[in-house]
Amino acid sequence: MNINLTLFSQALTFAILIWFTVKFVWPPLLAAMESRQKTIADGLADAERARHDLEMAAKRSADILREAKEKAGEIVASGEKRGSEIVEQAKAQAKVEGDRIIAGAKAEIDQEVFRAREQLRTQVSAIALAGAGKILGREIDAKAHNDLLDKLVAEL
Amino acid sequence: MSTEQELTPTSYIGHHLSFNVKQVAEGGFWSVNFDTLVVSGLLGLIIFGFLWWVVRGATAGVPGKRQAFIELLVEFIDGQVKGIFHGDRNKFLAPAALTVFVWVLAMNAMDFLPADIMAWIFHHVFGQEHFRSVPTSDINATFALALSVWLLMIFFSIKVKGLGGFIHELFCAPFGANPLVWPFNLLFNMVEYVSKPLSHSMRLFGNMYAGEVIFLLIGMWAATGFSGTIFGALLGGVWAIFHILIVALQAYIFMMLMVAYIAMAHESH
Repeated sequence: MNINLTLFSQALTFAILIWFTVKFVWPPLLAAMESRQKTIADGLADAERARHDLEMAAKRSADILREAKEKAGEIVASGEKRGSEIVEQAKAQAKVEGDRIIAGAKAEIDQEVFRAREQLRTQVSAIALAGAGKILGREIDAKAHNDLLDKLVAEL
Repeated sequence: MSTEQELTPTSYIGHHLSFNVKQVAEGGFWSVNFDTLVVSGLLGLIIFGFLWWVVRGATAGVPGKRQAFIELLVEFIDGQVKGIFHGDRNKFLAPAALTVFVWVLAMNAMDFLPADIMAWIFHHVFGQEHFRSVPTSDINATFALALSVWLLMIFFSIKVKGLGGFIHELFCAPFGANPLVWPFNLLFNMVEYVSKPLSHSMRLFGNMYAGEVIFLLIGMWAATGFSGTIFGALLGGVWAIFHILIVALQAYIFMMLMVAYIAMAHESH
């Protein structure tokens, strides 16, 4: 084991190998690895973001669904209310109408009664006149005794 | 064994532990361990070629099995460096740590090649009498790495703190800025600067060298007869399995020390 020129040759080889590795081996591989690392990191970030988005979307869809349900419930309730209102209204209207009809009928009946009574009254007065005329043996001048007759009619 | 000389334990071990030395010029220093250079260079070529091939086809989409494996490795190294160093590690330190870890691991793993079969192949196929297949059991290789790390350490220390800051730290840390303790500070720092590359390289070298020697000792026992062969094979298996841990652990320790040294160079005291 004596030191000889091998020392320098070996050192030269070493220097060349280091230069080669520094220049041609390390940088491309490191670049590839770093770029892959970046791709993976980006992919993971994207996945994370997508997951977050999905969560948000799910939450929003749940919100929308809940809102829709609430709205539907509201609509149903208001419809029911409106329906019962309409029924009530119709009931009220029908009652009013019925009352009106009844009132009309009553009025008509009253009128009819009145008319019949009037007729009856005139007929009665005529009968009375005729009767009285027969009794008195003479015609009662309807015109002359009109006011008397009227008074009689009113008394009837 | 392929040598014609008489086979003794000493010659066996000596044969396996001698380098394929090629003389470049006159003098003891001007020679190279051809085996160390070839094996480490080939491993570097194969491994970093493979890395480059995988990385060139790297996709940011779903990775294939090959790419996933390399990414696992890169992420492991990156995590280790991140724990120690708090600067821009992608510019230099992390890829350098990857280089050291992978290369040292591969060089250590050459220890798994069966020594005698490899010797036979080197002799009969390549015609080499001496050829060691584990570069990290050559002190030249580990010391070259440690020395490079040491130079990087000083380079970054000066780059981050400036030459003035570097010199200031030599004299004023760790005991304080009082001129009375300047010599002690300098002595302390010198010891540190000397011990760092030595311990860094010797740790790896020692582990791998010892592992090789133990394989050779087991191989010698296996040559002593029938029971020796059985126990040698058993022990060789056990030691190889344990050696997997050592090989990976030493590569990891070497890388971590490098990262720690260079990270420390970035910190001001």
